[in-house]
Amino acid sequence: MVPLNYYLALSGVLFAIGTAGVFLRRNLITVMLSIEIMLNAVNLTFVAVGRYAGTVDGQIITFFVMTVAAAEAAVGLAIVIALFRHKETLSPEAYTSLKW
Amino acid sequence: METAAFYIFAAITVVGSIGVIGQRNPMHSVMLLITSFGGLAGLYVLLDAPFSAVTQIIIYAGAIMVLFLFVVMLLNASREEPSPRGLLRPGSMKYGVVISVLLAIEAVWAISRLGPARFDETTGEEVSSVANIGRSLFTTHAFAFEATSILILVAMVGAVVLARKEH
Repeated sequence: MVPLNYYLALSGVLFAIGTAGVFLRRNLITVMLSIEIMLNAVNLTFVAVGRYAGTVDGQIITFFVMTVAAAEAAVGLAIVIALFRHKETLSPEAYTSLKW
Repeated sequence: METAAFYIFAAITVVGSIGVIGQRNPMHSVMLLITSFGGLAGLYVLLDAPFSAVTQIIIYAGAIMVLFLFVVMLLNASREEPSPRGLLRPGSMKYGVVISVLLAIEAVWAISRLGPARFDETTGEEVSSVANIGRSLFTTHAFAFEATSILILVAMVGAVVLARKEH
């Protein structure tokens, strides 16, 4: 089997891609997709380390992370729809009314 | 053989993820993310985690991404307004690039400092068993499992309230 390090390195790269997406993109939907990439990078770490430890706990926490991701997607997309109704744009720069 | 499979799935995952943040049409982004999740599911199979692989496909690629697709179509958002500055946000762009590249370098560097951590091949059977996962989920983690159902309920109500049209 491929050593644990490879999986952890891959997960680190995926997480960095996700952060890059959140910082760089100017589309709310793509920003949320980048958050999903980060969640999945962490999932990969959990499964790999759980396999390394020889327990099923890694897969169980993956299951919970997926549930939280589903809840986050549902609420986040509802917020996106509500925002889009107000200003007809998905650009994060348009929504600065909470900025101090 | 397994090493080759790892590299293929890793390449699918990374290229798909880069594609998600690398182009303009949100519809294509969602499709590429589904591809990337397929690669991840392959990696889970290599890690003796068929349960996670299947839930990844069914729940993530099947349910959550379809939700995203619905919203992209509903908002007709495939026409992202063109900008002279291209895809990127202006001010935060350079910091974003710097921070993520630093993060990637740091993570890979920290992991390469570990010695090679080999998997114990003998525990594969035990870890991949769905029966063991179910037993652990409904005994040790029963409270977290029930808390999850409340979380889903709250998210459902929240989504309905937020997306409702005000009269």
